[in-house]
Amino acid sequence: MKNAIAAIAKSEFILFIREPSAFFFTLMFPLLMMLLFSSIWGNDPFPEMDFGYVDFSVSAFMGMVMATAFLMSLTANMAAYREKGILKRFRATPVSPSAILTGQLLAVFAITLAGVFLLLVAGFVFFNLRFYGNIFEYIFAFLLSAASIAALGFIPASLAPTARSGAVIANILYFPMLFLSGAALPRSMLPDFMQKVSLLFPLTHAIKLMQEVWLGGSLWEHPDHIAVLSGFILAGLFVSVKYFKWE
Amino acid sequence: MNSNVVTVIDLMKHYGEVKAVDGITFSVKKGEIFGIVGPNGAGKTTTIECLAGMRKYDSGSVNVLDLNPVTDSKLLKERIGLQQQESEIPDRLKISEAMLLFSSFYHKVLDWTDLLKQLNLWEKRDAYFSSLSGGQKKRLFIAMALIGDPEVVFLDELTSGLDPQARRSIWELVKNLQEQGRTIVLSTHYMDEAEKLCDRIAIIDSGKLVALDSPSNLISMYGGFTRVSFSVKGKFPADFFARIPGVESTKDADDKCIIEVSKKSAIVEIVKALDGLNQGLDSFQIQAATLEDVFLNITGIEVRD
Ligand SMILES: Nc1ncnc2c1ncn2[C@@H]1O[C@H](COP(=O)(O)OP(=O)(O)OP(=O)(O)O)[C@@H](O)[C@H]1O
Ligand SMILES: [Mg+2]
Repeated sequence: MKNAIAAIAKSEFILFIREPSAFFFTLMFPLLMMLLFSSIWGNDPFPEMDFGYVDFSVSAFMGMVMATAFLMSLTANMAAYREKGILKRFRATPVSPSAILTGQLLAVFAITLAGVFLLLVAGFVFFNLRFYGNIFEYIFAFLLSAASIAALGFIPASLAPTARSGAVIANILYFPMLFLSGAALPRSMLPDFMQKVSLLFPLTHAIKLMQEVWLGGSLWEHPDHIAVLSGFILAGLFVSVKYFKWE
Repeated sequence: MNSNVVTVIDLMKHYGEVKAVDGITFSVKKGEIFGIVGPNGAGKTTTIECLAGMRKYDSGSVNVLDLNPVTDSKLLKERIGLQQQESEIPDRLKISEAMLLFSSFYHKVLDWTDLLKQLNLWEKRDAYFSSLSGGQKKRLFIAMALIGDPEVVFLDELTSGLDPQARRSIWELVKNLQEQGRTIVLSTHYMDEAEKLCDRIAIIDSGKLVALDSPSNLISMYGGFTRVSFSVKGKFPADFFARIPGVESTKDADDKCIIEVSKKSAIVEIVKALDGLNQGLDSFQIQAATLEDVFLNITGIEVRD
């Protein structure tokens, strides 16, 4: 079955590359946003601080890549597979739903890594990006965040009956999450109430955690974010294992 | 030793109010080509899906290769192949990629390059799925049903949408599968196909099994009479032949006489009588009953494609 997961991941990755719109929105759009805002604000240190705009927001753009890949791409893909009967074709074979989801997930994770790589290259090359944290703690924060956003994506991906409904659910989750979480604009610009609402989304916690660790904070100072992110992982796994729909 | 690879006892499955399968019992022997025919909505697909571990059924018992399709679904799917009536794979997947992908799902597989060659798809191996014609897609799904080197192959509507030549080559393929020792359960709308291909045929209607036998037995039991039709110059009443022993009915249709006979000897007598009349024969046809007549007589529904 390991073999099957690798084969699914490989063909999903190939399919992603052949899908221009997913390619653009996941890989190019966050990069363009980062290039745009970073050229406006530059990366000179803020007054009284030793980090600048790009240092602060690179994690948010990474969150944007994650949200687009795990929520939009994964949901759209699985919902379309379900509607067109592709999942039903898989079901006629011994392959398990968990292998299908894991394979898809690996493909989407590879795409996320590609997107993050582009952001980092752009940051280091054009904007003198600086990293202040512990690299291992950052990798942990990144993986935990990715897993949590993926788990949130699992829920509509496991349930949405049609490509259209999948897209609607993904959009309802995606756009508020994008604007409120600090991925599209800094949360400090939001009114108080909105800042509170934003805490409902795992992406908010993911971005906060990654930002803190990037700027030199320690992972262990943020058990709240870690707890919320872990909670989403459990909830997503539970729903997808228990309620996964083939058709 | 049980030579039945499929045993179905009193299978029932309903969707809401609709009784899709309403108490069906049959078994399929090892190495047999078993056909399921019936009008649209009869429950063919539902039955096949219950056997292939794709659906939970409401009641009854199903046993395929000594496994329960619901509880041993994964084990069973290693050993069977299913070609679904309607199916899709991602549009932008190439045929070779799809075959490789599906090969990875089974422990034991057949060489996918051979399968593509057998099904006349080798030239298409680098084409996207979306670019295939309907018939090519159908052939691809038959190839996919065979990837796992199945002991039992389920083919739901195996040749619908294929051209006559492709149908013939699929028939040959199915016969080959049988020669390799595989058991085949297929559904079809084509009666000629069922008649040529199947060792036994189950006719189902509204979820119920209405007849089950070999094609020749079904025809002799339910096919009705042999039909003799001819036209002679000048008007001639068909009931002239009614006195011949073995003639069951006579009918004038347009410029033709149509006579149904239950005995071969009656045909000889008709020919003799025609010869004696010396009226000049325009056409003469003998039509033995076919499975199509069986189908019509049993279900009251004309076969449509
Ligand atoms: N998923 C479903 N949900 C609800 N009703 C269904 C479903 N699948 C089939 N049915 C109904 O069950 C009955 C049997 O359907 P089934 O597909 O088994 O027939 P079939 O013999 O394969 O027909 P066809 O020759 O058209 O393929 C039909 O009345 C159909 O409308
Ligand atoms: Mg059907």
